[in-house]
Amino acid sequence: MTNSESRGCEKWETPSPDATWRDVPRGGVIPRGGNAAEYETGDWRSSRPVYDGEVCIQCRLCWIYCPDSAIATNEEGEVTGIDYDHCKGCGICAVECPKDGAMVMVAEEL
Amino acid sequence: MSLAANTSGNRMALTGNESVAFAMKQINPDVVAAYPITPQTEIVQIFSSYVADGDVDTVFERVESEHSAMSAVVGAAAAGARSMTATSANGLALMWEVLYIAASNRLPIVMPVVNRALSGPINIHCDHSDTMGARDSGWIQLYSETAQEAYDNTLQAIRIAEHPDVELPVMVCQDGFIISHALDNLYTLDDAEVQGFIGSRTPTYSLLDVDNPATFGPLDLQDWYFEHKRQQAEGMKNALDVIPAVAEEYGKLSGRDYGFFEEYMMDDADIVMMVIGSTAGTAKDVVDAMREEGHKVGLLKIRVFRPLPVAQLVRALRGKKAVAIMDRAESFAASGGPLYKEIRSALFDCEKAPMTSNYIYGLGGRDIGPEDLRKVFEQSLAAAKAGHVEQPVTYLGVRE
Ligand code: SF4
Ligand code: SF4
Repeated sequence: MTNSESRGCEKWETPSPDATWRDVPRGGVIPRGGNAAEYETGDWRSSRPVYDGEVCIQCRLCWIYCPDSAIATNEEGEVTGIDYDHCKGCGICAVECPKDGAMVMVAEEL
Repeated sequence: MSLAANTSGNRMALTGNESVAFAMKQINPDVVAAYPITPQTEIVQIFSSYVADGDVDTVFERVESEHSAMSAVVGAAAAGARSMTATSANGLALMWEVLYIAASNRLPIVMPVVNRALSGPINIHCDHSDTMGARDSGWIQLYSETAQEAYDNTLQAIRIAEHPDVELPVMVCQDGFIISHALDNLYTLDDAEVQGFIGSRTPTYSLLDVDNPATFGPLDLQDWYFEHKRQQAEGMKNALDVIPAVAEEYGKLSGRDYGFFEEYMMDDADIVMMVIGSTAGTAKDVVDAMREEGHKVGLLKIRVFRPLPVAQLVRALRGKKAVAIMDRAESFAASGGPLYKEIRSALFDCEKAPMTSNYIYGLGGRDIGPEDLRKVFEQSLAAAKAGHVEQPVTYLGVRE
């Protein structure tokens, strides 16, 4: 499940290609909420957290601390993995994880 | 400002700071976030006593810096609140980053600024270096000669800022100490008249409108940033229509008429002095004295500097022989002050353009008297006679 689905976010439509400065919403406002999910912040990651559901004790600290809401959860709110479209590889989840091996940072192949 | 016969209201004796604090009380904004700085401190201090006494419904945020004050009113204005703060000099400088954000997010914040020299060397007295530095921040700038004008401009600023064609923040400037701390005898409106005039704010977007959620201040890169800046420029252009319309309505209510600028003895004047702020009062006396001696001199006092009313200024100056442009700020361009540059540029395409000269004066609160201003007129008369300006930029009142 992706974060955008879990928030019920509608897809933000960018202005049409022939739109002018007269057509865009004033002040840079996007007249819709929850659209940060549409912007994929996982592109510039240099290392990625790797999640092991066998070891995880479901304390959910990673989910609480992740600044990008990139810890994927199921309907019960249990951690199921990482949303790599939005995870920027900060490593906070791995630092906060109390269980050895449940969340481990691994270098991305660049 | 000129007083029409039907000037009305309640007579009060107030300083510039008191008049603005009183205007804020009558506006009764939703949110004020403020940090003290001389010579503005009194405005928010007096306003905080209105809050403590329950005279206003305002949420008053005491923040830890001007950067935070401006950030807090940005958030409040984005939420749809009518939001105000006030500052001076270094406080304005500390707001700098957020000034641009307020303007580009199209947030109609109204901010009284009490003009003070921007350090250094450190100095608490009046010049216009603080707000002149902020002239490209995207804020509308209204300047006041007197406490009366500071009061009237503050009320009009709410309407200008919040107008749906504008939605831009406004600085309402007055001269530090000279106006802010000097007692003036002025007219105020009734609370109900003020509320009737300003109405309530209808924001285009609001963070608190949960039925229509919106995202404020998102990343805006190569694809649409330029369109948003173009749009912002249009808001500033629209202000050229909105400012006179608001002034007309205010004039009917108060009996006090405001234009983009005030013209004093301009009709048949050959020599014009252009000035911003309290020095206009002294200059009018000098004009009177020199008129008695038979000199055709006049005064043009700028009220609206952003947007700059170029067409109207050109119309007012066309055919004059010489204009002495007074800058209470040095822009360190090695070629004159900010008002001079803009007026000179505005006159470039004008037929029968007057010759121009620039006088930088009054920095750090240096007093300027009638004898200084008389010298300016005399030099301009001589230049008009000779057909050329001997010295384009003069530092007036400095020890040579
Ligand atoms: S912090 Fe570690 S143990 Fe806790 S839920 Fe996340 S991965 Fe599992
Ligand atoms: S690395 Fe950072 S962004 Fe990625 S899931 Fe962990 S906390 Fe979130």
